[in-house]
Amino acid sequence: MSQALSYAYYPGCSGMGTSKEYDQSTRAVCKALGITLIDIEDWSCCGSTPAHTVDHVLSAALSARNLAKIESMGQKTAVTPCPSCLTNLRTASHRMAKEAFKEKVNALLDAPYDNTVDTKSVLQVLVEDLGAEELAKRVVKPLSGLKVAPYYGCIMNRPPEVMEFDDPENPMALDDILAALGAEVLPFPLKVECCGASYGVARKDIVAKLSGKLLGAAAGLGADVIVAACPLCQMNLDLRQEQINQANGTHYHMPVLYYTQLMGLALGLPERQLGLDKLCVDPRAILRAALNKPAKAAND
Amino acid sequence: MQTINLHEAYDADFVAKVQEESEQNLALCYQCGNCTAGCPYTFVYDIPVSQMMRLVQAGRKRQALSARSLWLCATCESCTTRCPNNIDVARVMDVMRHMARREGYATEKGVKTFWDCFLDSMRKHGRVFEMGLVAAFVTRTGRFWTDVDLAPRMLPKGKLPFTPHDIQGKDEVRKIFERYQARSRS
Ligand code: SF4
Ligand code: SF4
Repeated sequence: MSQALSYAYYPGCSGMGTSKEYDQSTRAVCKALGITLIDIEDWSCCGSTPAHTVDHVLSAALSARNLAKIESMGQKTAVTPCPSCLTNLRTASHRMAKEAFKEKVNALLDAPYDNTVDTKSVLQVLVEDLGAEELAKRVVKPLSGLKVAPYYGCIMNRPPEVMEFDDPENPMALDDILAALGAEVLPFPLKVECCGASYGVARKDIVAKLSGKLLGAAAGLGADVIVAACPLCQMNLDLRQEQINQANGTHYHMPVLYYTQLMGLALGLPERQLGLDKLCVDPRAILRAALNKPAKAAND
Repeated sequence: MQTINLHEAYDADFVAKVQEESEQNLALCYQCGNCTAGCPYTFVYDIPVSQMMRLVQAGRKRQALSARSLWLCATCESCTTRCPNNIDVARVMDVMRHMARREGYATEKGVKTFWDCFLDSMRKHGRVFEMGLVAAFVTRTGRFWTDVDLAPRMLPKGKLPFTPHDIQGKDEVRKIFERYQARSRS
């Protein structure tokens, strides 16, 4: 990595509320790695799932208002930590490549969007633009001894024609990042299975079943923690873990961290910058126990 | 699971409309069942996704649009990723959901209400105000006990702001919705 890495930054609505610690830790690790995130002034909600269930032009317009802002900032690439925002922004660009669709979208906007911005996930720039090797060099407190189940969620890499990142069935970006941090990365078979998405409010039974399966698989592998890259997945698995336990008669106590929080720890950033205290299942005792085990490599 | 009534009339308009709005060639589906095999929601669907594809091919509009499956599809993109004929199946489901909404079929009221509350919140503030969204959902569905157990977990962590953070450009966002509605009426 020689050239300066700099991107427009789209945090997404949950980053202001339920996934504050994701936003916080993303900003902290990017700063530590010399990656510049430029805030988009007055960004609005991308419409998330609800908008695309109503109409595709409406949904694209809600994303395009933000993309147009990024365009007028003179930025070519935007990053977002949230896969749901990412899908919306990328799908809008993908469909606006067709002139007729673009016209319909622009007819809904105050300022038209010319479709010149590329959007990527923060995860993608970490593996593609910075690189896992470069990251490994910056690690000061390796996570050796910590067994992690990497969970990508369903839409970070799918559909491949739109997302153009990693493998749609068996992505490895998160595995590679966690390995670079020194963690023991378990082969998590449900890495792209759906967690129950936003049905937690209207249909809890769905989340109890699907997220319950994920918790069970991770526990079965002997994971210390699940590592998430999506605010909705993290919320279902962490905040709703007690509801899931009650519905299924299980007793999981599985911390669910954002990968950026673990990155921050390995990079030696202070805990308070990473929002570990904001997680419902407190990971701190488990992290301390795992990370203070004498590292195997040091002994032989 | 529902049985498919083969005596119901073939609605050619419906087939053409789904095809046009989704930009997919529905005739390519040869019912291999791959989409259904990978769909994590089959356990709550009344009609599995491959049968939804079959219903469109057969022009069974009423049956297709009244399926609960349409409101339970999470757009996880597993069907789209795995279809051997490259059909964007999730987009077909989405498009049928648009039609079902326009024509007054909403067979999972709670899900639709949640989405409506979400969009209302964003139309009002420019971003989604989570606390207000849940409050609106509770008011409209009367489900008082929705997630009350979560409040004590979230409030001390400062994750649920009590006041909305309106953006300056919220009028621009509101206008996107208004122009969209004006266009759909015309
Ligand atoms: S995977 Fe594709 S071809 Fe197979 S049943 Fe589903 S839509 Fe049809
Ligand atoms: S996108 Fe919908 S229909 Fe397709 S696999 Fe996912 S939940 Fe099932």
